[in-house]
Amino acid sequence: MKDTFYFYTEGLTVGYHGVPLIKNIKISVKRGEILTLIGPNGAGKTTILKSIIKQLAPLGGLVCLDGRPVDEMTARELSTRLSVVLTDRVRPELMTCEDVVATGRHPYTGRFGILSAHDRQVVKESMELVNISEMADRDFTKISDGQRQRVMLARAICQEPDIIVLDEPTSFLDIRYKLEFLSIIQKMSRTRNLSVIMSLHELDLAGRISDKIVCIRGDRADRFGPPEEVFTPGYIPQLYQMTTGSYDELTGNLELAPIEGRPEVFVIAGNGSGTAVFRRLQREGVPFATGILWENDLDYPSAKALAAQVVAERPFCAIRPEVLRQAKELMDSCREVIITLDMEAVGEFGEGLRELCAYAVELGKVRGKGCHPLSCKHDVNSDF
Amino acid sequence: MKRELSEKKRYAGAFLILCLLVLVFLVINVCAGSVTISLDDILKTVKGQQTDPTIADIILQIRLPRALAAAILGGGLALSGYLLQTFFHNPIAGPFTLGISSGAKLVVALVMVLFLGSSIQISSMVMIGAAFVGAMLSMGFVLLMARVMDQMSMLIVSGVMIGYICSAVTDFVVTFADDANIVNLHNWSKGSFSGITWENVAIMAAVIFLSFLCVFLMSKSISAFQMGEAYARNMGLDIRKFRAALVLLSSILSACVTAFAGPVSFVGIAVPHLVKNLFHSSRPILMIPASFLGGAVFCLFCDLLARMVFAPTELSISTVTAVFGAPIVILIMIRKKKEKAA
Repeated sequence: MKDTFYFYTEGLTVGYHGVPLIKNIKISVKRGEILTLIGPNGAGKTTILKSIIKQLAPLGGLVCLDGRPVDEMTARELSTRLSVVLTDRVRPELMTCEDVVATGRHPYTGRFGILSAHDRQVVKESMELVNISEMADRDFTKISDGQRQRVMLARAICQEPDIIVLDEPTSFLDIRYKLEFLSIIQKMSRTRNLSVIMSLHELDLAGRISDKIVCIRGDRADRFGPPEEVFTPGYIPQLYQMTTGSYDELTGNLELAPIEGRPEVFVIAGNGSGTAVFRRLQREGVPFATGILWENDLDYPSAKALAAQVVAERPFCAIRPEVLRQAKELMDSCREVIITLDMEAVGEFGEGLRELCAYAVELGKVRGKGCHPLSCKHDVNSDF
Repeated sequence: MKRELSEKKRYAGAFLILCLLVLVFLVINVCAGSVTISLDDILKTVKGQQTDPTIADIILQIRLPRALAAAILGGGLALSGYLLQTFFHNPIAGPFTLGISSGAKLVVALVMVLFLGSSIQISSMVMIGAAFVGAMLSMGFVLLMARVMDQMSMLIVSGVMIGYICSAVTDFVVTFADDANIVNLHNWSKGSFSGITWENVAIMAAVIFLSFLCVFLMSKSISAFQMGEAYARNMGLDIRKFRAALVLLSSILSACVTAFAGPVSFVGIAVPHLVKNLFHSSRPILMIPASFLGGAVFCLFCDLLARMVFAPTELSISTVTAVFGAPIVILIMIRKKKEKAA
């Protein structure tokens, strides 16, 4: 069973100066799999990674690579199997990007580190793989963070490892580079059968790219498994001990804390048209109610997160009279109604919604002419 | 491929220039002085056809050993500086700024005074040994400070302070040692290439060339270390051994220089920096021989000025190296600041 795992730890305990920080870590990864560590700041993700790559002596337990304990491997042997991208800022003098990438060939070159034709070829291929060929001759200290991180990835690839360990590789990158960087990693893991172990702060991206996720919490690895098993509803706020706001595990949607209190505004939302208004009301500090939303509506997660009260209907059901009544009562107590939903797009299940709209107009509480400006700009149909 | 070719040409050219400069300055250093010697005389002496024994003596017994010493010690000093800069990842680290030269000087002075009193002849090896002990003591202190201080500039400041303390104690010892021989000691404690014998040259050549060879063999490890410790370790470098070797070699090099020429300032910082710019590269495999040659040229040039500018009064070598070296240190710091701002 164990043989199928390229990398695994058993009872690994890590820490500094003999003081254990995280105990009894049991993780494993196969060839071509991506394993991501998540957890709050200071949880010890870097400590674990350092212990795995032999930069820090573990306080106990076993780290195995390719069926053998890494302790038994020589530094050179390990360096041809495992390479790293760390958070350490590298400031080499007078080195081009190509020079930096070429340092990855170190374990393969001879006594004086002279690159052979084959070494040069590998350097070239590595640079092509991460799309930095055109930067080869540029000074490494004069490129942007995003480019630098890609150079360091090319360097790690150039070392021709079976497994690559990355410590928060996307932390200082903008979204374009984040996506590009992770795409390259995904491509590498697929095409080269490369195992990847990394730590990420971006939970949404972690959930999308990882085959397995480890959650570091307190002094242990709290959960370990595929994202669908780890990201169960309500787990993330618990893991990060979030005291304010909310996180939706399915969509990766992060919202600020709702404004509590008696709803002053009622929003007839749906189909994704309401979320922007919810957020604006939250910013303005206005407590609001919204409905009637099906529980599978695009607006539902943000409504749940931000509204003081949500009137909801079960998915794929016509609106029941008692739900409609509840919405009307709520509307009565509000001073204003905002309709963001394009009523023309409402089908036969939405009879109740039409009635609610008419009721709002009757009450004379609708802001604007029955249609809020926001909803007019919104192309509702595009969401389907 | 084109870039590689032009790079190779550049490196070959730079090495050629350095070698030629060493040669030219060796010749000039032998020629120039209170008695001017012609090229012809040198050739004759080398061939053993020199008829004037005074000129032969001046060349063979005084000027040639001195010039060779300046070249060898200068090279050793530059190399020592290069190693320390690598070790501390700091461009203004050097045997002088870290107080290593001064530590070596202090112990050598103590040993000299001790032995002068008991009228026992001290060999070159004892001097080097004493200097090495002093260098290691200073180095140990600097390493301790490096653990406490996370700021590199503070480390340099503490190194300079150690240097001052050691120099003060040395001056004290030298002033109160009541012997006519102390005049030599006084000259030496200010830094000078004078009074070098062939025996000295042989020993310094052996020590420094051996160290040079060791450093050269480490060039691959040094290039890994340039990427920072964590990456170097991942590339298979045994950091502990490497660091120990670096400390040992740089201490031996600067100790050897101090034992023969006293403290010589700024060569260790200025030369590696100049050479880096000449080659436009920081690859250790180039930098190690180039620093050595550069140091030789720099010290030959400075010794020439020390002897000639106010002849017959001789300046201490440190005075001259400081005049050329200190501005370069300032330049490095300004450039660093600019880089950080950019």
